Amino acid sequence: MTTPSLSSLLLGPINAVMRIIDAPLRRLQKATGIGGMAAFFLAPNMLIFGIFVLLPLVINFVYSMTGGTAFFLSERDFVGGDQYSRLFECQNYLDPMSCQEDAFWTAVGNTFWFVVLQVSLMILTALITALILNRELAARSFWRAVFFFPVLLSPVVVGLIWKWILQRQGLLNFGLYQFGMDPYTWLTDRNWTFAATIGVSLWAHMGFYALIILAGLQAIPKDLYEAAEMDGTKPARVFWRITLPLLAPNLLVVVVLALIKSVQVFDEIYVLTGGGPGTSTLFLTQYIYETGFASVLRNPGLAAAASILMGTVLVVLTLIQLGIGKRGENKGKR
Amino acid sequence: MKTRSLLTGLALAFLTSTAAHAGDVRIMWYSDGVEGEVMKDLVGRFMKENPGINVILDNVAYSVIKEQLPVQLEAGNGPDIARVTAIKELSKHWLDLRPLVKDAKYWDDNYGSQADWMRPDGSNQISGFMTQITLTGGYANKTLFDQAGVPIPGPKATWEDWAAASKKVQESQQVPFAMAIDRSGHRITAPLLSYGANYIGSDGKPAPLDAAAKDYLTKFVGWAGDGTVSKDVWVSAAGSTYRAAADDFINGQLAFYYSGSWQVANLATKIGNNFDWVAVGSPCGPAACTGMPGGAALVAVKYTKNQKDVATVMDWFAQEAVVKEFSERTLFLPGNKAVVDKGGLNFKSDNEQAKAALNVFVESTKTTSEAALKLPGWRWSDTVYAAIVTRIGQTLAGELKIDDAFTRIDSDIAQKVKDAGK
Repeated sequence: MTTPSLSSLLLGPINAVMRIIDAPLRRLQKATGIGGMAAFFLAPNMLIFGIFVLLPLVINFVYSMTGGTAFFLSERDFVGGDQYSRLFECQNYLDPMSCQEDAFWTAVGNTFWFVVLQVSLMILTALITALILNRELAARSFWRAVFFFPVLLSPVVVGLIWKWILQRQGLLNFGLYQFGMDPYTWLTDRNWTFAATIGVSLWAHMGFYALIILAGLQAIPKDLYEAAEMDGTKPARVFWRITLPLLAPNLLVVVVLALIKSVQVFDEIYVLTGGGPGTSTLFLTQYIYETGFASVLRNPGLAAAASILMGTVLVVLTLIQLGIGKRGENKGKR
Repeated sequence: MKTRSLLTGLALAFLTSTAAHAGDVRIMWYSDGVEGEVMKDLVGRFMKENPGINVILDNVAYSVIKEQLPVQLEAGNGPDIARVTAIKELSKHWLDLRPLVKDAKYWDDNYGSQADWMRPDGSNQISGFMTQITLTGGYANKTLFDQAGVPIPGPKATWEDWAAASKKVQESQQVPFAMAIDRSGHRITAPLLSYGANYIGSDGKPAPLDAAAKDYLTKFVGWAGDGTVSKDVWVSAAGSTYRAAADDFINGQLAFYYSGSWQVANLATKIGNNFDWVAVGSPCGPAACTGMPGGAALVAVKYTKNQKDVATVMDWFAQEAVVKEFSERTLFLPGNKAVVDKGGLNFKSDNEQAKAALNVFVESTKTTSEAALKLPGWRWSDTVYAAIVTRIGQTLAGELKIDDAFTRIDSDIAQKVKDAGK
């Protein structure tokens, strides 16, 4: 008597299931063709996507067309586009104080500058870090872990750590004091606080993007570098002509992810600055959260309208970037 | 057969782990000081006396009560009982205990004066009771005043007197700020009322900011500008987010701190013997020397599935003896009339400063103005507080001029009233 192998034991139930579903699936394929089969296999995923993404999106849109402070849709009045008109009621969009919802436009402006500065600096620092970590370094794995470690921290922990460092009686001021310098109120000076939010965000997320770029760097064939070396190509030229073009798909992923993440910035900054001083670090997500959930007499309709606008901007930006990426790919093929 | 039994067992285990047991009463509780520990102890005693009722005490941060509980309640969920401060704003969610409690007359007699604070306008509902009555008031760092050789201003001293004296102490002792007021609309309302401000219009809705309110707010912004008042705490967040300046006082960075009676236990515990401090009541303005009353209430939530058990729990915790013990151990001012009238509270603290501070607050209740007593039961008070904090915070951060802030405060409040009417 032969003993069944482990693989046959494990595969046994799977094969049994396959035998049972084989006949109906063949009939289905005959009836619907290959396209129908694709739809059949995608259906469970689309169902989950529909329930947890599309449906809330539709409900959110419906909320944005209603007014009042009640939460249940049945208790809310239909107000059409009033919430959107309220958000757009403005004499000069560059001067938030001339707008009815000044906090919204302040948040839009802050988010815009945050995205521009944070994403540019993020790509630059992640690229430099990845290039360094890709070299033959002593204790290379240790350094890779060091740069990745902050990514593992909860955003609340990141916010608290930096709050303890930057607050008036924090670690940084203690250090300055030890060196005979005057302490400074880093978190109550508008410009410093904004810079701090960018710095903290870079510290917390850079390791993740550096890892993606590092994976891209390691996928570039070594023989290209060897050929360039044999030709006596200068390192800068190697970087611009070989490394950067071949890294483009990874950089595109990094840009798209970093952009989406920076538009959605909330938790660590909320813990670090609470949106202050004044409204200098009030970003869109915090505005939406406070309008919809945390303010006195909450306004879910206005928050929903703001989130729909934010989502639309994100979709447009992503499509533009994907378009640029596709054009680059096509150019490469030609 | 075995498989079926196993599946049945698993299903039962799942059901019992997710559904509320009959006899379970969940209390959502937050703590400013040591009251969480005292409450835990009392809950244990309650369960010994009432073995059929299992009380689950969920200790949460104040922000959960302020930000998450209202959302849960709007969705028809939430705990069975909660300790809250936004008692009027959320009053439509409270359970009417009148038909459920053992003796409604006891509740009316002992908690009647604050019953309006926590029930919908025009009803005679019993929603719960105040776990503590609070009163805003000031604290002075006596050691700093003594070292600077500046006498602590007396009971009739004005806000200007306090600003001047604290400034002298700040300059002499090289502390970062002379005074601080919590970033809270409730706190800053006390000096506004002392200056004669009135929030309530003739129609019961919010009135525009009057000259008295503008007068004090202009002074406050000026004091922040010259470094008399700490602006750190006011610019440290956007919107109406609450921030206390207690840590600055505890760390000896302030000569005068305006907060409230609920800080007594916190200050006593954290300051210890580091320096001497005294409670000084509320400074005066041209109209009054008032603090703002308030407090936290233990209320029953109407979405509970265990109304009878909830009423039993509420009855037990509202007893005179329990309230007296709770107040003595937490160093809170009691909300039960019989406890107050009988007096003889023996606050459980070795700290003489804390005991003296509590007596000052009890004394200060005598100068609380009529306008101040009305506000906790007024539907729009939180709306006004939020608008003031938001816009004055922006002014102190240099984003708004004071006159623009006044215009914005009025328009913010008007917009909220309009939104609520939709």
